[in-house]
Amino acid sequence: MTEQAPIVIVGTGLSGYSLAREIRKLDKETPIVMVTADDGVSYSKPMLSTGFTKGKDADGLAQASVDAMAEQLNIELRTFSTVTGIDADAHELVLGDQRLTYSKLVLAWGADVIRLSIAGDGQDRVFSINDLMDYRAFRLALEGGKRVAIMGAGLIGCEFANDLRNGDYEVDVIAPSDAVMPGLLPAEAAGAVQQELEAIGVRFHLETVVDRIDHQGGGVRVALANGEQIDADLVVSAVGLRPRVSIAESTGLKTGRGIVVNRALETSVADIYALGDCAEVDGHVLLYVLPLMASARALAKTLTGERTEVSYGTMPVMIKTPCCPTAVCPPPADAGGEWQVEQEGSSVRALYKSSDGQTLGFALTGSYAVEKQALSKEVPPIHG
Amino acid sequence: MKKWQCVVCGLIYDEAEGWPEDGIEPGTKWEDVPEDWECPDCGVGKEDFEMIEIG
Repeated sequence: MTEQAPIVIVGTGLSGYSLAREIRKLDKETPIVMVTADDGVSYSKPMLSTGFTKGKDADGLAQASVDAMAEQLNIELRTFSTVTGIDADAHELVLGDQRLTYSKLVLAWGADVIRLSIAGDGQDRVFSINDLMDYRAFRLALEGGKRVAIMGAGLIGCEFANDLRNGDYEVDVIAPSDAVMPGLLPAEAAGAVQQELEAIGVRFHLETVVDRIDHQGGGVRVALANGEQIDADLVVSAVGLRPRVSIAESTGLKTGRGIVVNRALETSVADIYALGDCAEVDGHVLLYVLPLMASARALAKTLTGERTEVSYGTMPVMIKTPCCPTAVCPPPADAGGEWQVEQEGSSVRALYKSSDGQTLGFALTGSYAVEKQALSKEVPPIHG
Repeated sequence: MKKWQCVVCGLIYDEAEGWPEDGIEPGTKWEDVPEDWECPDCGVGKEDFEMIEIG
């Protein structure tokens, strides 16, 4: 019976739709059902931090309606459907009081934003932006506003800071670290990005945290632990993502930092796969586009009959801070090398070298960012 | 000369500049870019992901 059952993909983000597209390139007929908790509008998540720079609102960033996607990919789409469980023995996905039989099940439901518990009555003015519907709510709330406080100075916090400045909003960034993008950029590169963001008017409040957020006028007053107070129209919370694992966990799938899968994207339970931001692939949790595209291609082959392992190449990340173009390829955690840094103003070329001179990673800012392509060829692939 | 944008990551391919790192000479029109060329930033294929004409 399960032979006739569809391939079921949970999630219609970049991972889910990319997988469906890749499957359809190989197989036009096998039924595919996609299930999503949101409206199913197709969009590219990395573009959410470019709206003001490109002059696009939420509608402008939407790429295709759910009907257009269903027709284009010859798939059935179930929107506003929340998965409540998985009955792996019966090969059934549980959606509240409904059940959906699958032949193969792919979990591509992404990551949750981390929400800090903060005192004060202004929580309804704190926005996390993790999907297009979040972005729509954020833009609506910002209408008529002038000033935004951002919690978090990571990649997303910095990208939004730059984008909001390009939209002519006043921007304050608050973070406990002593530099931007800690753990991702070496100190010199982080310093360059911060300096250029400051040059376009971003105000940083580092080495402190938000103590309280309270309503003040039509907006909020943000009280910092260092005694400063910031009045803003709203707060953007960009303090990190956590792969969604809870339903996988309760189903008995092996989980770690994400849903644990091997290089064939197979979970610990037969006929269940995981892809994208929710997956820990062969020990790697990489919440970027390049690895998910590579994974989608491999998994499409597997699901159409040719078991295929993904091979991660070098995975450079572009950081969308137009005021200071930045590319980074983090070295492996246990690499045991050291950074060698050249710097001219806010242009930094930092190369992470092993003791025998091999380049294992890099961070490039400003005019050096264009060297990303060439340097990526020098860095050994993740799966050699 | 036109520019094309990757809708996944925003990378812009400018026909006037080509993509010399991948051996695509300046002035190469989009239709003459090899079909197996991939977006250097996000890895999506030329035909797989719609590039939009931006000017």
